[in-house]
Amino acid sequence: MVLGTSKQIVSARATDKQIQAVSQDGGIVTGLLSFALDEKIIEGAVVAGPGEELWKPKPMVAMSADEIIAAAGTKYTFSPNVMMLKKAVRQYGIEKLGTVAIPCQTMGIRKMQSYPFGVRFLADKLKLLVGIYCMENFPFASLETFINEKLGLSTDLVEKMDIGKGKLWIYTQDETFSLPLKETHGYEQAGCNICKDYVAELADVSTGSVGSPDGWSTVITRTDDGDTIFQQAVDAGIFEIKDIDSVKPGLPLLEKLAKSKADKGAKESERRRELGLPVPW
Amino acid sequence: MSLISKVKRFLRIETKPTKDDEEDKPTESKITGASTTEKIKKPVNLEDVGASKQEVEKVAEENAKPRIGYIHLSGCTGDGMALTENYDILAELLTNMVDIVYGQTLVDVWDMPEMDLALVEGSVCLQDEHSMHELQEVREKAKLVCAFGSCAANGCFTRYARGGQQARPDHESFLPIGDLIDVDLAIPGCPPSPEIIAKTVVALIQEDMDYLQPMIDLAATTEGCGCDLQKYIVNNALCTGCGTCAMACQTRAVTMVEGRPAFNSDRCIKCGICRIQCPRSWWPEERIKEDLGL
Repeated sequence: MVLGTSKQIVSARATDKQIQAVSQDGGIVTGLLSFALDEKIIEGAVVAGPGEELWKPKPMVAMSADEIIAAAGTKYTFSPNVMMLKKAVRQYGIEKLGTVAIPCQTMGIRKMQSYPFGVRFLADKLKLLVGIYCMENFPFASLETFINEKLGLSTDLVEKMDIGKGKLWIYTQDETFSLPLKETHGYEQAGCNICKDYVAELADVSTGSVGSPDGWSTVITRTDDGDTIFQQAVDAGIFEIKDIDSVKPGLPLLEKLAKSKADKGAKESERRRELGLPVPW
Repeated sequence: MSLISKVKRFLRIETKPTKDDEEDKPTESKITGASTTEKIKKPVNLEDVGASKQEVEKVAEENAKPRIGYIHLSGCTGDGMALTENYDILAELLTNMVDIVYGQTLVDVWDMPEMDLALVEGSVCLQDEHSMHELQEVREKAKLVCAFGSCAANGCFTRYARGGQQARPDHESFLPIGDLIDVDLAIPGCPPSPEIIAKTVVALIQEDMDYLQPMIDLAATTEGCGCDLQKYIVNNALCTGCGTCAMACQTRAVTMVEGRPAFNSDRCIKCGICRIQCPRSWWPEERIKEDLGL
């Protein structure tokens, strides 16, 4: 199936007003990780926290719901979260760990769990892996090009960034700017072009805005544990949910984007293989 | 519960049930650790089902414990120690699952016997006649030779050796064993994690060749270095800045700078783990999905 293995697919959003105020869409990652933390399912989570420079995130170990909320929102450049997993276990002494990861990061983590050649006593500590949908990621200099050069704005003024409805949206305190996605093409990192995974198929729970109305996210639960934790959070009132078939644009759009990324990735892999370059799939 | 399933439960590698035995699916939860169902296998008496004596003997022979040897060349014993860090299963492993038939300090045997598997730790010193001889003998006596740890697999730290030191200033050239003999599989790592050692041993006992394929593939290369990340991953447009290499590095030689690995050659021990763990160097998709039950 183009969306990977799933237990349930729903449209959801966090009920907490504080989370709604800071979250990218439905606040699923923030809500789920803080719920897991409060319920002691995890003792800490590796998230993309604020870095020294605005919009340049840095992986951080969040030990409280407040720290998780402080890291809410999508950053469209690198945050090598996987790097921090070992630190979280070794230096923070976390025995039950959660994290948020884009598909390529999910793959690094899962490969480490199945084949932990040089990684000691970490594979079994990861209890909750929340994956986020991802079409591509940008070097920071690409973001600067969009914001500073193409839109003529100062990065410091940007309050929120978003990609949706065919555009990159830049929000300042009182204005909204947009850039058609064809203006961003070619600025993504090259490694993304062979990626076939849009919906984080190997996560415990995957989420992203596509398929759901504004302010909501489409949630796919995949593993038994992921499904259980998400259901517990729904039962606890952390999330309100809607039948995915009842919302617009719904699953067809998500499936379309997932398929287009899979097709493009396969095609680029093939192209590189013909050139004699190494590709992992 | 059988020994093997105990070990597999310990390692969290319970095999995914096939569609046919979906109902027997163990529902152990990672969160609660509770198991609600357990698969019970009834032993079958072969003679009851009409098997001949020869057939019974053949099965008994096939199920005999694998005979394992441990050969220590130029390494620090860290790999052998990592094996012993499988505290929970070590006693059972050594008592009931394998026969350790050869190994300095482990077994009081002077002559190297025939072995099903030889774990070779350490690189081999070209100027050390005894090591060179032992390595050749291992290849003759063992059905499978495993380069156990990065020194044996790709030279690792001993790549920096250049002789001129006491007690043997003449011992200067150290090579991964694959440069001298055919190696069947490699378990790199400095040291390899206790988990990968246990998983490999279980896979060997069960002849789970799918799981072992990456170890077989890794035996084909005797090179490894932090600069592999730049050369094989970044230069080939494969890096996505996920950070797995920096996480995996066992000496903190790899950091992430502007979303790409930066490596400190002063810290790098050339174990090769950064590239081996990279999801873009090789990708065991089927196995991962099986392990996750997806």
